[in-house]
Amino acid sequence: MTTPIYMDYSATTPVDKRVAEKMMQYLTMEGDFGNPASNSHYYGWQADEAVKKARQQVADLIGADAKEIVWTSGATESNNLAIKGIAHFYHKKGKHIITLKTEHKAVLDTCRQLEREGYEVTYLDPMANGLLDINVLKAAMRDDTLLVSIMHVNNEIGVIQDIESIGNLCRENKIFFHVDAAQSAGKVAINLAELPVDLMSFSAHKIYGPKGMGALYVQRKPRIRLEAQMHGGGHERGMRSGTLATHQIVGMGEAFAIANAEMDEENIRIRALRDRLLAGFDGMEEVVINGDMDARIPGNLNISFNYVEGESLMMAINDVAVSSGSACTSASLEPSYVLRALGLTDELAHSSIRFTIGRYTTEQDVDKAIALVREKVEKLRDLSPLWDMFKEGIDLSKVEWAAH
Amino acid sequence: MAYGEKVMDHYENPRNVGVLDKDAKNVGTGMVGAPACGDVMRLQIQVDDNGIIEEAKFKTYGCGSAIASSSLLTEWVKGKTLDEAAAIKNSDIAEELALPPVKVHCSVLAEDAIKAAISDIKNKA
Repeated sequence: MTTPIYMDYSATTPVDKRVAEKMMQYLTMEGDFGNPASNSHYYGWQADEAVKKARQQVADLIGADAKEIVWTSGATESNNLAIKGIAHFYHKKGKHIITLKTEHKAVLDTCRQLEREGYEVTYLDPMANGLLDINVLKAAMRDDTLLVSIMHVNNEIGVIQDIESIGNLCRENKIFFHVDAAQSAGKVAINLAELPVDLMSFSAHKIYGPKGMGALYVQRKPRIRLEAQMHGGGHERGMRSGTLATHQIVGMGEAFAIANAEMDEENIRIRALRDRLLAGFDGMEEVVINGDMDARIPGNLNISFNYVEGESLMMAINDVAVSSGSACTSASLEPSYVLRALGLTDELAHSSIRFTIGRYTTEQDVDKAIALVREKVEKLRDLSPLWDMFKEGIDLSKVEWAAH
Repeated sequence: MAYGEKVMDHYENPRNVGVLDKDAKNVGTGMVGAPACGDVMRLQIQVDDNGIIEEAKFKTYGCGSAIASSSLLTEWVKGKTLDEAAAIKNSDIAEELALPPVKVHCSVLAEDAIKAAISDIKNKA
C-alpha cells in the first residue's frame, strides 16, 4: 500500500529524524533516563543538563531568556495556564478579557470556562481577511480589562496577526497580553526581547518535535505571575508541577534548534511550493482563497471550491491528506467557525480545503495534488445540482431552501 | 470519516447521475436540503403509462454518504410504483449503506427527496 501524500502540516508534523534520534538517548538504562530533579546523583545531573540545554534552545529561537520558559504538555495546556493563571492571580485588577473569534478552541473554551466563573469576555470579529483591526481592539478595551489573548498565526487560514502593534496597545493600557504561537514558531521570526508580549504559548509537534510537549513563555522583567493549574512538587518555579519528561523536552529543544538554523531557507522553499500549488488552480472557476494572502505563513493555502462539498472532495482526493472546514468533517455538523467569522457564506465554508505544506513536501507531491483536485472538482461539480443552478444563472442566495 | 465499502462504491461509481426534463408531465422532481447545511439533493423520477418508475436520476451536493444515499435510492425506485417508492424508509437506506450515526441525516434527506419527487408528479396529474 502506498500512503497518501501528507499536506496537513498544520494538524501535526512528523518528528524530524534528527529529533527522534536525540530523544532516544534519554529513555533506556543505557541512556540518560534520570529524573532531572534528582540533584544528588549522576543520573539526575545528566538529565538536568539535557533539560537546561533544551530550555536554551527553545529560548534562542524566540529571543527569550531560558528562565522565561515553562515546560507544559502542549499549547493547549500553555493557553490554559496563561489565561486562567493570569485571570486567577490578578482577578482583583479586573475581570474582563478580550480575545478573537478565530482563536483556537484551547483559548476560546478556556475563556468560556472563565465566563462560568464570573469573568466577562469580549470576542472580537476579525476583518474579512482574518486580521484584527487594531481600532476594534482599542474600542473594546475597558478600565477593568485584565488580559488580551490573540493568536500569532491562525491554524486554519495561516494569517499572521500584527502582535507588535497589539502588544504596544496593551502596554499603553496596562493590560496583560498573551499570544498563542503554536502555529508560528519556526515559521515566523519571533524576538521576545523586543516584542511587547507577556505570555506566549508553544507546541513541539507543529515544528517537527514530539506530541505531548509544549512550553509557555512567561516574561520576567517585569515579572508576570500566574496561579498554577497543576499542583505538586513545585517544578518550573511552582508554575507547573510534574516530573519533567526529559526525552520530550530534549525533542522540543532539538526541533526548535533545527528551526532556528533552517527556518529562513525552509520558508523560501515552502513558499515556492505553496505558490506552485496555487498557480496550479489557475483558470478554475469559482475558487476563493480564504484569509489574507500577504500576511500569511508560507505553507498554508486555504481555498474554497464553490459548489463542491469539502468532505466529499477530501474523499475524492484521498491520495492527498488535507483537512476541510466542512461541517461533515466535524461531529457538530457546523462548518468552520473560523471561516464563518470571516463572513464566508455557509456554502463557501462547507467547500473549503486546507492544504498545509511542510519540510517533506516535494514538487511531485504538489503536482499530483493539483492534478487530482482539478479532476475531482470537475467530477463533483458534474454531480452537483448547485453547479447546474449556478451555470443556469440562478442566484442561490435567493432560493428558498427546505432546510433540515 | 471512515466509510464502509458500499458507501465508497456508490461514491466512486455513482449510479444514475443526470437530469430529466423537469417540465415533462411524467417527471417528478424533488429538491431537498440547503447549501448552508452542506447538502442538497435533487432526485427526479419518470413514470411510464402504467405508473411504474422507469427512470430515475439524481445530482447531489454533499458529503460521501449523501451522494451514496441518493445513488442507492435511484437504483431502488426503478421498477416500483409510486406507492411502493413512497414506502422506502430512511432506516432501510442507512442500514444498507451501514451509515454511521452522525450520517443518518443523509438517509433522511434521501427519503425526503423521493417523497418530494412523488408529490411533484402527483401535483402535475
